[in-house]
Amino acid sequence: MRKVAVLGTGHTRFMFNSPKTQIEMLAEAAMDAIRESYLKPGDVQAIFCGNVLGDFTEGQVMLQSYFADDIGCWNVPANRYEGACASATMAIRDAFMWVASGFYDIVLAGGVEKATSMGTSLATRTFSMGGDSRYEYPAGFTFPGLFGMLAHMYSKQYDVPLTKLKEQMALVSVQSHHYGKKNPNAQFQKEITVDQVLNSFMVTSPLQLLDCCPFSDGAAAIVLASEDVAKKLVPKPVYIVGVGQASSGRVSSQYKYLPRLRAREISVKQAYDMAGLQPGDIQICELHDCFSIASIIAVESLGFAELGKGGKLWEKNETRIGGRIPINISGGLKAKGHPIGATGASQVCEIVYQLRGELRDQGRQVEGAKIGLVDTLGGDGTVINLILSAA
Amino acid sequence: MEYPLDFKQYSDALTRNKLLGLKCRNCSTITCPPKMTCQECGGSELRIVELSGVGEIKTFTHTFVAPQGRECEAPYVVVLVELEEGPWISGNLIDISPDRVNMELIGRKVELGHKVFPGDCYSSGPAARPLFCFKE
Repeated sequence: MRKVAVLGTGHTRFMFNSPKTQIEMLAEAAMDAIRESYLKPGDVQAIFCGNVLGDFTEGQVMLQSYFADDIGCWNVPANRYEGACASATMAIRDAFMWVASGFYDIVLAGGVEKATSMGTSLATRTFSMGGDSRYEYPAGFTFPGLFGMLAHMYSKQYDVPLTKLKEQMALVSVQSHHYGKKNPNAQFQKEITVDQVLNSFMVTSPLQLLDCCPFSDGAAAIVLASEDVAKKLVPKPVYIVGVGQASSGRVSSQYKYLPRLRAREISVKQAYDMAGLQPGDIQICELHDCFSIASIIAVESLGFAELGKGGKLWEKNETRIGGRIPINISGGLKAKGHPIGATGASQVCEIVYQLRGELRDQGRQVEGAKIGLVDTLGGDGTVINLILSAA
Repeated sequence: MEYPLDFKQYSDALTRNKLLGLKCRNCSTITCPPKMTCQECGGSELRIVELSGVGEIKTFTHTFVAPQGRECEAPYVVVLVELEEGPWISGNLIDISPDRVNMELIGRKVELGHKVFPGDCYSSGPAARPLFCFKE
């Protein structure tokens, strides 16, 4: 297997009500990624594109093909990946494997979503399609509902009183907004307080509005290339040194592990083993904080905290710049936004900026970070992890 | 290979308040809701069994923001229930005042009834769903 590098990156601003189409947003991100790689569209040999709900948001399937044509990557193979909120990370992992195998030298991977065009009611309906449609949706399952149930189970199982857990969860959102304010691509560029989180309206208990990421529009893209190609084009390529992916069944079938998501433990172990690294080696992490409780659950399975102790990382500021494991210094899904088909590519872009040391001007650089972890969750339990390294 | 207990059969039985599951001939684990293979050992020799429908609430959420077409149902309570026979299934909890939906629900004994979700334009027809009420 060959070493694979991330060359250029492209990232639109994430927002409500983008005036642009999905193809336009993805084209903007992709052209930035191609130019930053000192390449032309004609150099791209294949496209791997995350998109979940284009059918509902624009009445558009086959987006990948029209997108390839739009940016002048004429007639190249273009694949769409649907892995709910993990679609783009899934696309990037596949893109990685095709380059690592030697089949392609230069590929484009990314994703796009335009979820806010649906409005909250239809968006809640279509997002719930990521759960089991026959055995769970009829009971009124929504995605926040799933994480609401995990939060109550977490409180019970680890004996963390719900009021205490709610405060820890609020701190997760507060931190995300703190860094989101510094990120020019973030959907929310404003600070919030614990009181605001705890006084926002109840979406599905115990999750309140400010425990939840928003619906978002936006796109992100990266160019991947073999090490040989990368070294000729850019001075300091960032490498993908570990990948993992695992699936799960409907949430009720995961009863032996809940509130842990077993797929994450399997996926991240694959990535750590492949990279020859351990949780203590990770210097920056972008993880899937679709809901505040999701961050607390995630840090435990990723190996950053003991079971039941995840929230303490935020209490002790260990997840901020200067802390033991800086997490979601982008603002995360909560403040940066969560255009579901693009999220994984956005997370990779953020880690690449950090490993290249490009965020000093924005006041959110983790100094000296050389190894970063990406964690993305789709549906009830598909998890994909990527480990990136500056060397 | 024929599916051992398909959704239509499961849902039809539930509309008669009968909860069907699958018992593995290899490891005796009960799989419910049904799957092609045993959720414990992956075995494919499964036989249909009727379950008691009695269990214990393991977790819950009180949902105020409902998906499109289901706004009139909100607020509603979704629960995950551990059945006496082992597997967990999801459903709704009725019989409770909204201001008493709290952590004390966890561990309460419940028994099964049903309600039919009529489906919407994104569903392939109606679906019976478990509807739980307190047993004690």
